[in-house]
Amino acid sequence: MHNKTLSELAQGLREKAFSSAELTQYYLDRIQQHDGNLNSFITVTPERALAQAKAADALLAAGKGEALTGIPLAQKDIFCTDGVRTSCGSKMLDNFIAPYNATVIEKFNRAGSVMLGKTNMDEFAMGSSNETSFYGTVKNPWDLQAVPGGSSGGSAACVAARIAPASTGTDTGGSIRQPAALCGITGLKPTYGRISRYGMIAFASSLDQAGPMTRNAEDAAIMLNTMAGFDARDSTCLDKPVPDYTADLDNRLQGLKIGLPKEYFAEGLDGAMASAIDAAIKEYQKLGATIKEISLPNTHLAVPTYYVIAPAECSSNLSRMDGVRFGYRCENPVDLEDLYKRSRGEGFGEEVKRRIMVGAYALSAGYYDAYYLKAQQIRQLISDDFKKAFAEVDVIMGPTTPEPAFNFGEKGNDPVSMYLSDIYTIAVNLAGLPGMSVPAGMVNGRPAGLQIIGNYFDEARLLNVAHQYQQVTDWHQQGPEKYL
Amino acid sequence: MQWEAVIGLEIHAQLATKSKIFSGASTAYGAEPNTQACAVDLGFPGVLPVLNEEAVRMAAKFGLAIKAEIAPRSVFARKNYFYPDLPKGYQTSQFDLPTVGKGTLEITLQDGTLKRIGVTRAHLEEDAGKSLHEDFHGMTGIDLNRAGTPLLEIVSEPELSSAYEAVAYMKKLHILVRYLEICDGNMQEGSFRCDANVSVRPVGQKELGTRAEVKNLNSFRFIERAINHEIERQIEIIEGGGTIVQETRLYDSDKDETRSMRSKEEANDYRYFPCPDLLPVVIEQCYLDEIAKTLPELPDVKKKRFIETIGLKADAAEVLVSSRELADYFETVVKASAAPAKICANWVIVELVGALNKSAQEITASPVTAEQLGGLVKRIADNTISGKIAKQVFAAMWAGEGDADTIIEAKDLKQNTDSGAIEAVIDEIIAKHPQQAEELRSGKDKMMGFFVGQVMKATQGKANPAQVNQLLKKKIFA
Amino acid sequence: MSLEKADVEKIAHLARLQITEPEIPEYARNLSSILSLVEQMSSVDTTGITPMAHPLEVAQRLRADVVTEGNQREKFQAIAPATENGLFLVPKVIE
Repeated sequence: MHNKTLSELAQGLREKAFSSAELTQYYLDRIQQHDGNLNSFITVTPERALAQAKAADALLAAGKGEALTGIPLAQKDIFCTDGVRTSCGSKMLDNFIAPYNATVIEKFNRAGSVMLGKTNMDEFAMGSSNETSFYGTVKNPWDLQAVPGGSSGGSAACVAARIAPASTGTDTGGSIRQPAALCGITGLKPTYGRISRYGMIAFASSLDQAGPMTRNAEDAAIMLNTMAGFDARDSTCLDKPVPDYTADLDNRLQGLKIGLPKEYFAEGLDGAMASAIDAAIKEYQKLGATIKEISLPNTHLAVPTYYVIAPAECSSNLSRMDGVRFGYRCENPVDLEDLYKRSRGEGFGEEVKRRIMVGAYALSAGYYDAYYLKAQQIRQLISDDFKKAFAEVDVIMGPTTPEPAFNFGEKGNDPVSMYLSDIYTIAVNLAGLPGMSVPAGMVNGRPAGLQIIGNYFDEARLLNVAHQYQQVTDWHQQGPEKYL
Repeated sequence: MQWEAVIGLEIHAQLATKSKIFSGASTAYGAEPNTQACAVDLGFPGVLPVLNEEAVRMAAKFGLAIKAEIAPRSVFARKNYFYPDLPKGYQTSQFDLPTVGKGTLEITLQDGTLKRIGVTRAHLEEDAGKSLHEDFHGMTGIDLNRAGTPLLEIVSEPELSSAYEAVAYMKKLHILVRYLEICDGNMQEGSFRCDANVSVRPVGQKELGTRAEVKNLNSFRFIERAINHEIERQIEIIEGGGTIVQETRLYDSDKDETRSMRSKEEANDYRYFPCPDLLPVVIEQCYLDEIAKTLPELPDVKKKRFIETIGLKADAAEVLVSSRELADYFETVVKASAAPAKICANWVIVELVGALNKSAQEITASPVTAEQLGGLVKRIADNTISGKIAKQVFAAMWAGEGDADTIIEAKDLKQNTDSGAIEAVIDEIIAKHPQQAEELRSGKDKMMGFFVGQVMKATQGKANPAQVNQLLKKKIFA
Repeated sequence: MSLEKADVEKIAHLARLQITEPEIPEYARNLSSILSLVEQMSSVDTTGITPMAHPLEVAQRLRADVVTEGNQREKFQAIAPATENGLFLVPKVIE
């Protein structure tokens, strides 16, 4: 059962091979059984899930089922869910029972899907290893010593361990693609503006984008069909028609032009990882694609630029966490300043505080031009690199990460070495482009991810390119033995 | 030493939209605390702003009215600081790319000359909530109903040189925003507020002195007093050998003084940056052309017309254009009465506005309509009634007894112009008062008044005093 | 780029974060390390480059001026740390 894809599950529900209630209970049991070790969920919502399942069964019985009706899903704990704790992985929001739904959650509710619970994540989505969560680290199902990646580590781990059929993530600098790569699943970060950010707790507003985390490209397309689309509540969400993302999956790749940025294969890339990616590229050549070496000359500036823009935006976005209207408030504040400083000092973890401080510094008087303005200019250069590249190629490919999953604590206490693990994913967010990671081999027993970057709003092509690869390889079907 | 003051005003006009600038919550004044604060206004996690079209339209309207440059592309920025009435920890405002750029406003000085005051910019932003300090056992209560109400912050150049000029400028804007119907101008409710940047310098010096910002000025009287007070304070300090500290001062109307605001003491570092949740606001020329068509006749143009075309004196015209409703009322009176504009102006300004002020009513709620007042003035002009009787008719109209003609008829107030009848009354009175008549004949002119008074009394005021005068002279000196 | 203790204290205050005395050296070290990473930007000549604030070149969409949100005070304040008579309570604010 738990190896079935979303379309297989939907078929089973339609054909009444099992009910949504049974399916939901099955996954709740698997969570119960396995998540004690994995810690991929912050909150499991069995009662709500079963009630939703019952409602879904009624819809299905009435023949009103859609692609996701009755299908249990895991939601990253960054999406506000009415009546359910929405912690964002932080002590700050440990007591925050959201009084409204994120638009993404609304869309899944309307589609009749079932929410199993809220997945673990780096605190306020700041991290690449899930080590910054207030609720403890998530283990990588492939190897409990290894990090699952971050920030959507819980969402990646639960899908990899097949304790949820699919999940949602958010990606600000790689937070969908990197954990997807490290856990051996498929993750898609759509074009900025494709999915509403309303009710998705903001980290860096000009970079954040939600997306699906699934077992394969077809499932990602099914999820995206529900998640994408205009939302009047989000000024940055575009009013652009949503195609059926499953429609182009079977298109042939004959003549597809793939660009390989030389900067993505330079020093810093693990040798075995490079081989895995090379092998994947060869598969594409067999499928009829042509390869072209390209250059994204400002790649090396992506991480520095990101670590100005994202902290600057987050320092402002997180100011609302002040202990006044919701969330954590310190004990017995003596005055207003004490209320602010201790509520925030005690409520936020170290990495979050560091980034807030970097951001406040970069925006402060006398530094704005050298940091923030400069970063915005380089962001433009990085974006221009991609524009030039897409004038020549259809998609860009490379590794999602420089190395497979590392071990807990391995990045030590220097935040910068952790930041560099997002070196290949960050530029995509700066430019606002869509990017995917698909399983593409194993390196030392841990998954390797192939990153596919598309042009703006070219998600259908990305999914097609990923799907075709998954028709001729089985990396996406492999899973950690214990959970198969 | 001779000192001169340099004053710049920042005026916050709450835009008269139904909903907030970035959310769909109501902006109505006076609701129960926090009942008009939605998730966006409360700065809850994950929620996002969407800009209110009407707020942009109103800003553009204002820009057109002061002949300002309106930015084809303006940008919202975040002004970051922590304060309990600021739920998000930042105010969404505009910084280097405001919607309305440089414009001008003309004020009338005491001697009647005009002075052009530059408007540096007018930008859109959101209002904050309110802190209530009383009755919470040592705690402060926060009401966020006002949070997110659209504001147009209108910033003047430091070109005002006295409290008088500052008030004149502010009044001018106050009239303008109400003409444009973009702000209700209610200062008591805080719809129209002002912060003043005040500095002094020796006359002739070019560079500006250190300024203090005086906040909390919510009436014209307070502005005048607060600015004068601040000017005196600064001069006193400098003449005493001290220096002015750049700071924010709060005007306390109870004590009539300004005092330093402790909470704002530290140098602020607002860390402005473009708001990533909002995109650039693009305003196209065709949009402005549409708005331009909806602009009313503006007060300056109206005033000029009243003086040049209708022949009013400048001060009367000034009063009449002080609100669009009053000007419209006046013009309706002129039309309905077909009487000279001067008489109409006099009746509107003295009688009507006087009565409205006495009963604390707005002109829009006047018990006497413009058509009714026009009907009354018409009867004065055609000599049906005297000015004196007209006041009586006005009082009856105010009391709701109907229009002028009805009242004149019902109370039999028509002026008596039948000279035969008046002569009969005069004869009777002369006969009654032979001694006084003799005195008048012998040159005691003030006796004239006595006889006119007697005749008016005998006719219950319905005789025409001029006519009585004339007939009396004829009888006495014949 | 290396931050001193006073810099850390200043930024922490600006961001209203309580940082305890013993934590300061670690913050100073980590923040300095991040700022050194960021310093790489300064090697690039960006003269004449338009700053990019947003990935999409799109104009702000405008919302019709309609009241769509009703009173939800009870629901919102159910999760508030301290309220009374419908107000959020904070320690006394001195102006």
